[in-house]
Amino acid sequence: MTAIFFALLVVLVAATFFAGRLRATQMRGGAALVHSLPNYHGLLIGVCTLLVGLAVFLLLAVPLPLVAPWAGLAAGAAAAFALFMRMTPEFRARNLFEKVTLGFLVVCSGIAILTTIGIVLSVLFETGRFFSEVSPWQFFTGVLWAPTGSPPGFGFIPLLTGTLLITIIAMCVAGPLGLLAAIYMAEYASPTVRAIFKPVLEMLTGIPTVVLGFFAALTVAPFIRNSGAFLGMNISAESALAAGVVIGMLLIPVISSLSDDVINAVPQSMRDGSYAMGATKSETIKRVILPAALPGIVSAFILAVSRAMGETMIVVMAAGLAAHLTANPFSSVTTMTVQIAMLLVGDHEFDSSKTLAAFALGFVLFVFTLVLNSIALRLVQKYKEQYD
Amino acid sequence: MTEKLKRPDPALIARRYAAERRFRLYGITALVLTTAFLAVLLTDIVSRSIPAFTQYSAILEVMVDPAKVDAAKPAAGDFEGLVKAAWRAQFPSASSRADRKILNGLISNGGGDELRRRVLADPALIGQPVTVPVMLSDDADIYLKGQVTRVSRAAGQGPLTIRADGETVFLAGQGLSPGVIVLADGGAFKVAAEGEDAAAEVIVAPGTAAEVGPGQWQILSFAVPEADRKLGDRAAVWLEMMRERGGLERQFAWNLFLNGDSREAEIAGILGSIMGSLMVVFVTIVLALPIGVSAAIYLEEFAPKNRLTEIVEVNINNLAAVPSIIFGLLGLAVFIGFFGMPRSVPLVGGIVIALMSLPTIIIASRAAIRAVPPSIREAALGVGASHQQAVFHHVLPLAMPGIMTGTILAVASAIGETAPLLLIGMVAFIVDIPTGFLDSATVLPVQIYLWSDLPERAFEARTAAAIVVLLVIMLMLNALAIYLRKKFERRW
Repeated sequence: MTAIFFALLVVLVAATFFAGRLRATQMRGGAALVHSLPNYHGLLIGVCTLLVGLAVFLLLAVPLPLVAPWAGLAAGAAAAFALFMRMTPEFRARNLFEKVTLGFLVVCSGIAILTTIGIVLSVLFETGRFFSEVSPWQFFTGVLWAPTGSPPGFGFIPLLTGTLLITIIAMCVAGPLGLLAAIYMAEYASPTVRAIFKPVLEMLTGIPTVVLGFFAALTVAPFIRNSGAFLGMNISAESALAAGVVIGMLLIPVISSLSDDVINAVPQSMRDGSYAMGATKSETIKRVILPAALPGIVSAFILAVSRAMGETMIVVMAAGLAAHLTANPFSSVTTMTVQIAMLLVGDHEFDSSKTLAAFALGFVLFVFTLVLNSIALRLVQKYKEQYD
Repeated sequence: MTEKLKRPDPALIARRYAAERRFRLYGITALVLTTAFLAVLLTDIVSRSIPAFTQYSAILEVMVDPAKVDAAKPAAGDFEGLVKAAWRAQFPSASSRADRKILNGLISNGGGDELRRRVLADPALIGQPVTVPVMLSDDADIYLKGQVTRVSRAAGQGPLTIRADGETVFLAGQGLSPGVIVLADGGAFKVAAEGEDAAAEVIVAPGTAAEVGPGQWQILSFAVPEADRKLGDRAAVWLEMMRERGGLERQFAWNLFLNGDSREAEIAGILGSIMGSLMVVFVTIVLALPIGVSAAIYLEEFAPKNRLTEIVEVNINNLAAVPSIIFGLLGLAVFIGFFGMPRSVPLVGGIVIALMSLPTIIIASRAAIRAVPPSIREAALGVGASHQQAVFHHVLPLAMPGIMTGTILAVASAIGETAPLLLIGMVAFIVDIPTGFLDSATVLPVQIYLWSDLPERAFEARTAAAIVVLLVIMLMLNALAIYLRKKFERRW
């Protein structure tokens, strides 16, 4: 039924468009000075038909599902007819059509806001329901995470430490490598070297995280376990280290591309000044460029941290599911994202505290990343103003 | 300024230059390490994937028995039974119930498919002998590809003497130890005892030779005890004998590309998940491209500079950095929970991914629009175009290559997105290939995740092969983006 309605509506819109355009062309032929081009008359009538038809259909679709399509088509045709009758050479079809277009553009830009509101509301609502069952105090200070146990434990601390542990490992890998790579690319690399390494970094950005997760679980984790066994250590098959290192690799291009941009934005005069004082290139970088680019670099690091905290697939596949409160990188840990995914995969009711807990975790994660992103964006803004 | 300039200390200069060289070295090391990581990643995955692209089949002559395949209803015929019987007939000595069970296990559950296809295409074959490739099971396939860990095959050194003493057979030769399998004179033995003249269990009865010359016999030894292996000694012996006879063939594994998911590794394919991915991407493009470009046009060309516009801009930048799994929560709570849309369908997946890629597309489109010089706009306005005419007729066409490049890159990352789709239920085990936007479906990255979790060894190569396909798709999209950028890029 709906499909037929849409097909008919398309036909109707096309018909009204051509009718409107034909009428306007005829008015032109009548030697009258027509305000708008014929196309605009057609477009206006067509878009009116579409909007009125859709609006009536959607309004009636739920209360009167049988009548709605026909009512929608009739209303669209009626709107087209009314406009058609009003068509005169002075009719400002273009201005009206442009208003409709502008309205559409505004609505489209509003969708981004609506998405944010949707995220906040959905997460907040379910989190509220969760906290009516489990006290926030218990959630934020508990050290036992066992949502499927009896009685279930909803202590958030082990997830926080797990997330932080993996983030720290990832940043230990990505921080130095990403920053040094950016410095080399921005300050030392010849065009040939840039041409070699830039695609490498771009490819690394493009690799889907599920691929990196597979690599972490099947290659990096066994490698770490075997090296540990060689050194006489007992490392679990799913270690924080494996997931952290691979996330670190994922973050290298994030840090290096952002840092590369900010280093390039440091004015050449500052470099020249430093060289004139007799400083070597590395001294210039360490004492002049890096301090000048510091806000931008810090913001790159913050964005990378936020990315690491929100990373899901690599940790799901390589870090494990058991919540251990530990700072040992060789043990298996779990993170907020893993638990969200695990609690919500499969069939579930919307009102068990298990699924609600996932939304509470999502809320915490959202707040964390939002705060980090805002700080990073603010820093970049400040930094840009400084050199503009 | 009468103070004399001190001559610089040469040692200090040397130190400073050394520091300079060290610093450079750190930088290049970082880049080389990153490249090495990428290289290891790609080689690792490609090398893991190679076995999955081929599949061992036994070439068997199958008598299409009219009793099993009714000429009136050929589609209902027991083709699997036919090929399994033909396969068992290759090993007349394996007649016990246990042996028959092992032999049946070496043939895939889809082993009769090729025969069915041929007979359905040409019903005249009923009652005739047909020579068809019959797909082997994943365990047999892995063994033949040499992927079973710690199995060694060696030609026997020196002569081997075979002495039958009633039921037992005694072997004498070099390199025999308990547990190894000896293939000689058309027969196979499992050595049971230590030392010269060791007692051995007969797996396949040999010919009558009492001694076999050097190099004419083989030793097969497994490091893993039989109880811990999926493929027993007997199965291995039969496969080896079949290979010796030239009855096995390695073919390209079309199944991988033509089938939906399956619990049997050798039957499982990625076509279903590729269709799912295509549908999700289609919905994503249809929604995100017009909305994203419209939003970009508004913000770049028409938006008044006020507080509200600023909030929208900050909001878009923040949205671009929200973790993807949060979008999954949004989809679950709003589209499935609130609007009551079905779970696991490409439509919801596409909407969620569209919302996720929207900020990226908006940011890229704004940059492309901003790159069009104001003179174009001003010239259009100067000859009497309205502001919208100037934008839609002149600025937008010039910004289009940039917008397309940004969109393709956004789509490429959307194809690889996994986490949000897990939450909206696109992780179900789906055998059928989806045909509509409201069919249950999964997508390629989720298929990779699902397969990577399965315990069967053969799925590891399947997973890697699916990854290779995913990477090739993404690489092609990126190449397309680069091509567009190169071809249409204009410097003003």
